[in-house]
Amino acid sequence: MFNAVKLGLRLTSALAVVAALAMPATGKELVINSDSSFPAIKAAFEQAIAGFEAENPDINVTFNVFDNEAYKSAIRNFLSADAPDIATWFAGNRMLPYVDAKLFAPIDDVWAANNMSDTLKSAESSVTFYDKKWAIPYTYYQWGVYYRKDIFAKLGIAVPTNWEEFKQAGETLKANNIVPMAIGTKFPWTAAGVFDYLNLRTNGYDFHMALTRGEIPWTDARVRKTMAHWQELLDANFFLENHAANSWQEALPPLVNGKAGMYLMGNFIVEPLREAGLTDETLGFFQFPVIDPAIPTAEDAPANTIHLAAKATNVEEAKKFLAYFARADVQSAMNEKMSQLPVNSKSTVANDPFLQAGFKMLSNTDGGLAQFFDRDAPAEMAKAGMEGFQEFMVKPDRLDAILDRLETVRQRVYK
Amino acid sequence: MFPTPIQNTSRRTYIAYQVLLPVTLILWLLPLLGVALTSIRPASDITAGNYWGWPSSFSLIENYRAVFTNSPLAAYILNSFKVTIPTVIGAIALSSLTGFALAIYKFRANLLIFFLFVAGNFIPFQILMVPVRDLSIQMGVYNSVWGLILFHIAFQTGFCTLFMRNFIRGLPFELIEAARIEDVSEFRIFWFIVLPLMRPALAALAVLVFTFVWNDYFWATVLTQGAHAQPVTAGLHALNGEWIAAWHLVSAGSIVAALPPVLMFFLMQKHFIAGLTLGAVKS
Amino acid sequence: MLSASRVWKENKLRIAPWLFLAPGIAMFSLYILLPVFQSISISLFDWDGLGEKKFIGLANYAELLHDDAFFTSLKNNVAWLVLYLLAIPAGLFVALFLNQTTRGIRIYKSMFFFPLVISQVVVGLIFSWFYDPHFGLLNTILGGVGLPTIAVLADERFVTYGVIVAGLWPQIAYCMILYLTGLNAVNSEQIEAARLDNAHGWRMLWFIILPQLKPATFIAIVVTVIGALRSFDLISVMTGGGPWGASRVLAYYMYEQAFSEYGFRMGYGAAIAVVLFAIMLVYISAFLFKMYREEKGR
Repeated sequence: MFNAVKLGLRLTSALAVVAALAMPATGKELVINSDSSFPAIKAAFEQAIAGFEAENPDINVTFNVFDNEAYKSAIRNFLSADAPDIATWFAGNRMLPYVDAKLFAPIDDVWAANNMSDTLKSAESSVTFYDKKWAIPYTYYQWGVYYRKDIFAKLGIAVPTNWEEFKQAGETLKANNIVPMAIGTKFPWTAAGVFDYLNLRTNGYDFHMALTRGEIPWTDARVRKTMAHWQELLDANFFLENHAANSWQEALPPLVNGKAGMYLMGNFIVEPLREAGLTDETLGFFQFPVIDPAIPTAEDAPANTIHLAAKATNVEEAKKFLAYFARADVQSAMNEKMSQLPVNSKSTVANDPFLQAGFKMLSNTDGGLAQFFDRDAPAEMAKAGMEGFQEFMVKPDRLDAILDRLETVRQRVYK
Repeated sequence: MFPTPIQNTSRRTYIAYQVLLPVTLILWLLPLLGVALTSIRPASDITAGNYWGWPSSFSLIENYRAVFTNSPLAAYILNSFKVTIPTVIGAIALSSLTGFALAIYKFRANLLIFFLFVAGNFIPFQILMVPVRDLSIQMGVYNSVWGLILFHIAFQTGFCTLFMRNFIRGLPFELIEAARIEDVSEFRIFWFIVLPLMRPALAALAVLVFTFVWNDYFWATVLTQGAHAQPVTAGLHALNGEWIAAWHLVSAGSIVAALPPVLMFFLMQKHFIAGLTLGAVKS
Repeated sequence: MLSASRVWKENKLRIAPWLFLAPGIAMFSLYILLPVFQSISISLFDWDGLGEKKFIGLANYAELLHDDAFFTSLKNNVAWLVLYLLAIPAGLFVALFLNQTTRGIRIYKSMFFFPLVISQVVVGLIFSWFYDPHFGLLNTILGGVGLPTIAVLADERFVTYGVIVAGLWPQIAYCMILYLTGLNAVNSEQIEAARLDNAHGWRMLWFIILPQLKPATFIAIVVTVIGALRSFDLISVMTGGGPWGASRVLAYYMYEQAFSEYGFRMGYGAAIAVVLFAIMLVYISAFLFKMYREEKGR
C-alpha cells in the first residue's frame, strides 16, 4: 500500500511539473479553497485576490469556491486528502478538530513578523490554541435584531430594550396580522442563534461558554430557565410558521413584503434584504433586548478566518497571502464589500449605518463576545444541539426528552 | 393481447381512453412541466409570487445563459462527460471479456465467480465508501475524474458481466466449436466471431451504463470536491445551495443536467429498454 | 520454446478463461470485494479516519443498540422497503393502461418512462419544489380546495413518506417498462382460449396473465428492494435527514457519521454499513439461490 502512496505522490508531482511548465509565468502557484458562495463575499474575495496577484505578478492564484453548506463537510476531506494551500474557516473551538488532527499548520511566524498581536488583538484569543496561532481572522460581524423600521413607526412600536417590551412589540405586530419574527430553520443553525441570545441574556457569557465547553449538564435548571423564555415566545406564536421547511434566505420574503416584523440574524442579512428592495428607511437594527438586568450584555460576534493547510504545497506563497490578508487596507476594502467589520484595528469601518451600529454595539459590550453556538461547542455537540433546538421550536412539549438526549451526547463527546 | 385492444371495445370506451391518455400523461409529468415552465420565467415572476400563472415574459435565453455564465455548470457537465465516457468504454471492455469467459468455458469456479459479480451489484454503497475513499487517496486519484472512473468501471463490470454472459450464452455455440476445429485461437474467436454478434448487447449496455454513471450522485460526493472534478449531479446540489430562492435558475440547471441522458434515451430507446428488461421475459 | 507452446496448446481451454477474466476480476476485487471485508474490519475499531485505529471489539454495535437515531433510520428503512413495493402493482397498472396499439402510443410509453432517465438529484429538486409550503404545487392545490398548508418536508409525520413518493415516481416507471415488455410476450393463444372460457377482467389478469408475468415480477421485486435500501440521493437533496433527523435512513445516517463535519466516526459508520449489508445479504442470497436453481435446471 505504501508504494501505491509513493507512486501516487510521484504521479501528482509529475503532473504538477507538467502543469507548471504549461504556465506562462515563472510558475508559482497558490490554491485557495473557500466557502464564499454568497455573491457579496465571493466578490470581496475576488477583489482581494486580484489585488494580491497585482502585487505578486509571479504568483498564480487558483480560487475554488464551494457552496457554503457543502463546504462544512468537504473541508475535512480535502484537507486530509487533496489539500489546498489556504482554506477559509471559523474562529473559536470549531477549528480545534483540525488543529488536533494536524490539518491546519501553526503560523506564529507570520503573526510575529507582521506585528499582528497588536493589529488583530481583538480576535487573538479566538485563534490561539496550545499557545500557538492557527489563523488570520479577517472579518467579523454582529448579530442582532433586524426589523422593519417603517412598520414599527406606523404601529407606534418603540425599539424594545427589555424582555417585556420585546414581547409587547410582538403582541402589537400580531394584532396587526404581522408575524413578530421571521426565521428559517431548515439548516438548524438559525435556531442556535435564538438559543445563544436567550442563554446569554438569561445566564450570561460565562455560563454560556461553560455550557458549550461541556462543563454544565444540559439538564441544569439554568438551561431550563433559558428554554422557558423560549417557550414564552413559542406560546405567543412569535415565529413564522413552517420555519423548518425553509432556509434563512427563504424566510426573507415575509420580512420584505411586510408579513413579518423582525429577524434575528447576523449582519450578512443586510445585503440580500437591500437587494430585495429594503432601504435604510425601512430596515433597522437593534441590540437583542435585556432579559435579566443583572447580567451584563454579551453578544455573538463570529469571526471568519483563513488558515494555512498543514499539507500545503506552496507554503511561502501562502504565508505571503496570509500576511496580505491581515493588512489594514485589505481588510478595510474587503469588509466594505461584504458589509462586515474588519478585525484589524487600523482598518476603517465602512460608512454604513448597520456596520456603524454594530461596531458601536460591540465596542461597548462588556459581557463578552461569543463566536456562535456551532463554533463554541464541538461539532458533534453542536449538531445534536441545533437539531434539538429545531425540534423544540416545533415540538416544545418534548423539552425533557430533548435535554436528556443532549446530556447523553455531552457525556460522550467531552470524555 | 391483454387487456382487450381498445379498438375492439365500445365507441364510448374508445373515446374515453383517447381523452384519458393525455390527461394522465400531464398529471404524471406535472412536477416536471412545472419545472420546465419555471425555467423560462423571469426572476421578477418568482419574487412577485407568480409561480403558476402564465409567465409575464419569456426568459428562456436569459435564464439558460445565466446558468452557464454565472456558474460553473458548464465545467460540471464537462466533468460528467469526462467521467461517463471512459467508464462506458472501460466497463464494456472488461465485461465483454469476463462475460465471454463465463459463458463459453466450463471450469469449476465458473458459477462462483459469476455469482460474485452478480452479488456485487446488490451491495449497499455505504459498505464500500470508507475503503474506496482511502484506496483512491492512496492511488492519488482522489478528487479527480479518474477516481470516479476507476470505481465506476469496477462496479459496473458486475452488472455488465451478468448481461454479457447471458447474452453470449444465447449465441449458437456451434460457431465456436466449428472455429476451434479450424484451430482458430481463442482470442480470435472472441474478437472475430463473438464480438461482432454482441453488437446489440454492447449498445444496450453503453446506454445503460451512460445513464447510471451520469446520474450517480453518491460517489460524486464521496470521491470529489469542488468544480474542477465534480460531475453535474453533485454540482447541481452545490448550486442549489447557492441559488436559494432563485428557482428559475435551479430549474434551468436541472433541465440542462437531465438533458444528456434524456437525449440518449430517446435516440437509443430500443437498446435502453432491452437492457433494463433483461430477464423480464422467459427466453 | 516448443514445449511452452505445447503446454499452451494442450491446456488452452483451461488457461484461456483466466486470461479473459483477469482484468475484470482484478478491478472487481480491488474495488468491491476487498472493501467489503475492510469495512467489516473497520467496524471493530474506533477511528476518526486520520489518527490511530483503536480496537474496541463489538463496542460500536453495542452503541447502536442505544442509539435512537439508528432506530429511527431502521424504522424509516422498513417504511421505504414496504412502500416502495407499491411501485410494482402501480407499475403493472400503468403498463396495463398503456398496453394498447392506438396511434401515438409509443410516444406515450416513452413519456411515462421519462422519470427513470432523470437523475435522482433532479427528481429531488423537482419534488422539493412541488412540496414547498409557500408556492409548491401541492399546497397550491390543497389551498385551492380549502385545505390547510402542509409543509411535507418539515413535518416529521410526513417527511419520510414525502421522500418515498418522490422515489416512487421513477420506480413506477421502471416497473411499468418491465411489465410492458412482459405483456408483449404473453401467449395470445392462451388469452383467446381463456376468453372462450369466459374469463375476463380481474380473473383473466389473476389466473392467466400474472402467472406469465412472473419473470417480470421477480425482476421488479429485485430492483425495487435494492432501490429502497439504497435510498440516499433523495434524502440528501430533499431533507438532509431532517427535520431533526426524522427522515434519516441507514445509508444516509452512515454517511453522516463517517463523512459530515459533525461525524468522522469511521468505525461507527462502518458498523451501520455492516448492518445494512446484512439486511441486503438476505436478498442477495435469495436471488442467487434462485439463479443457482435455474442454472442447474438448464
